Amino acid sequence: MTEINETVGHFKGLYTEAEDRLPGASVAWVARRRQAAINRFAEQGMPAPRDEEWKYTSLRPIEKRAFALPEPDAHEVSLTDIDPYVFDEPTAHRLVFVDGAYSERLSQASALPQGVTAHPLSQALDAGDEALSHHLGHYADPEGTPFVALNTALMSDGVYLHVPAGVTVATPIHVLFVASAGAEERVLSYRNVLVAGEGASATVLESYVGLAEGAYLTNTVTEAVAPEGARLAVYKLQEEATSGYHIAAFEAYQGGASEVYHHNMSLGARLARNDINDALDHEGAHVGLNGLYLGDGRQHVDNHTRIDHLQPRTTSQEYYKGILDGRSRGVFNGKVVVQPQAQETSSDQQNRNLLLSRNAEVDPKPELEIFADDVSCTHGATIGQLDEDALFFLQTRGMAYAEARSLLIFGFANEIIEGIPIEQVRYRLEDRLMRRLPHAEAMEE
Amino acid sequence: MLSIKNLHASVEDSEILRGINLEVGDGEVHAVMGPNGSGKSTLAGVLAGREGYTIGEGEVTFEGKDLLAMEPQERACEGLFLAFQYPVEIPGVSNVYLLKSAVNAMRKYQGEEELDAMDLVGLIKEKMNLTGMDDSLLYRSVNEGFSGGEKKRNEMLQMAVLEPKLAILDETDSGLDIDALKIVADVVNRLRDANRSFILITHYQRLLDYIVPDQVHVLHNGHIAKSGDADLPRELEKTGYGWLTGAEEAAAEATGEQ
Repeated sequence: MTEINETVGHFKGLYTEAEDRLPGASVAWVARRRQAAINRFAEQGMPAPRDEEWKYTSLRPIEKRAFALPEPDAHEVSLTDIDPYVFDEPTAHRLVFVDGAYSERLSQASALPQGVTAHPLSQALDAGDEALSHHLGHYADPEGTPFVALNTALMSDGVYLHVPAGVTVATPIHVLFVASAGAEERVLSYRNVLVAGEGASATVLESYVGLAEGAYLTNTVTEAVAPEGARLAVYKLQEEATSGYHIAAFEAYQGGASEVYHHNMSLGARLARNDINDALDHEGAHVGLNGLYLGDGRQHVDNHTRIDHLQPRTTSQEYYKGILDGRSRGVFNGKVVVQPQAQETSSDQQNRNLLLSRNAEVDPKPELEIFADDVSCTHGATIGQLDEDALFFLQTRGMAYAEARSLLIFGFANEIIEGIPIEQVRYRLEDRLMRRLPHAEAMEE
Repeated sequence: MLSIKNLHASVEDSEILRGINLEVGDGEVHAVMGPNGSGKSTLAGVLAGREGYTIGEGEVTFEGKDLLAMEPQERACEGLFLAFQYPVEIPGVSNVYLLKSAVNAMRKYQGEEELDAMDLVGLIKEKMNLTGMDDSLLYRSVNEGFSGGEKKRNEMLQMAVLEPKLAILDETDSGLDIDALKIVADVVNRLRDANRSFILITHYQRLLDYIVPDQVHVLHNGHIAKSGDADLPRELEKTGYGWLTGAEEAAAEATGEQ
């Protein structure tokens, strides 16, 4: 208990130390929100092991460290360093953040349609952007995980995307967060705010890369709003260093006939926790949540999703797959809530897990809370091993056992990736996945 | 090509193959028939290297090499192909990716340069025509959502692309309608040449109406009870497998007398 209080005290100390120099410090509404958030965090404290939402995930490794605020210029990152993580696409719009701060040198602007802005959040905070004040903190539940409150207090940068009504942004916007060697023993607090106007459409690729070798903590929050007829697709690719800790929240709010797609690819980090929450608040809204989580060694990956069907005729489709090797542990907790008025809701949730070692473990937990009677809600969860018949089949087609195994694992994962409609994104993910798989070198062309 | 001498194999404690002798020469087509449980599929599994069998006595040489000492993929790379009785589904791996991986694994084994997908697609499409498969199946996951007939044709496609020296078809004909059966027979007949041999494992003589074998063997109780030419299946069609039990007893008596 003392230690938990110490952790809270430590983070509060970081806030006090930095409040005058955090982005937007001189803007009243920003400062007020930060102050309220740190108070909230101090009240809530760190999640306790007895908290049902944190039952399988121990925060002890984070609590016993005293992460400091980052010094963004402490370690130089070059274009060559980030080259493996960017698109080949020459026209891609890219914002790069290193150790908590925007890097203009590594970023690349492209011609976005008229009225579309994709700026560093720090600039919008400093400018006290009026529109931003209506969105920031409105979707990310302040009563939710304490890490959202901590993020609001300490947020240093991220992307603020605004797409005006009726505008389609065809080029994916790539936001790359790099933890350099300078991030060691630091906490990086990113906040992304994605705002679409009515009927607007955009795709964001949100990637986290760790070049550090020591421990560090990324605490990131993405808020998204898709009003009437809007469409937002977010591809999150988490490749933190295996010495890093990654805590992330995605909070989306949807209007009538809107579509939100969130793809959550979790490949790295010693401990990764994702909270993905979506509110379907008007008729005809649809959300698609896809996830792929890989664990090896002593990695721990925890995905919590929550879909709220608040109005009639809303639909959701969720497909999460996990591959766990070594002594890794995976958690999938998928909550679907159908409110009494949300008649004719249609929802499907599937979670499949592949265990590659005797010592790997997974806890799948579908949670359906249905208060309406005219609904179609299905769910399923499986845990399995590689199919011996399929391994033998591939061997009879000339492949060595290790290669056959890799191909089957790739196939299992690829089911999630092959449905991605944007070719560049799909290739990028396939490529990153290939590198992450055992014996991948045998499969490269 | 293939020489099987006094092959014994068991699963757990029960002996399934009890002294198989079979010689398959270059370019020959052999049919292996027999009732359920006679050991037909075990023979195919043992030859291809499936796990779970204990080999007792006997030896198998393939092109002069000790087949039983090889890993399944080495057997494949040496030119042995098995068409599965129950083709497996591989979600997330496309047919074209499977074929490319298989071709390149074998090319690598032979010390040849690997080919990229572009080089292979032309060849694969040509072979697909042979099997009457739609091009769209190329980019679908292996056998996933395929009909029974499509799965078997897919096995034939793999065989046509890999061009093995010896192909073992394990009840490829079972569950096929007459059109699909004719396609399977057609692929075999087209691939048949002086250097390529086949072992057709089948329960029914129907397939042999379309592929004329050089020799037919009847497997019973783990050994070959009778061998003959292409006319043997027609006899079996009339008599069924019932006579085998009697023949067995007669054979046992004959051995006893010696």
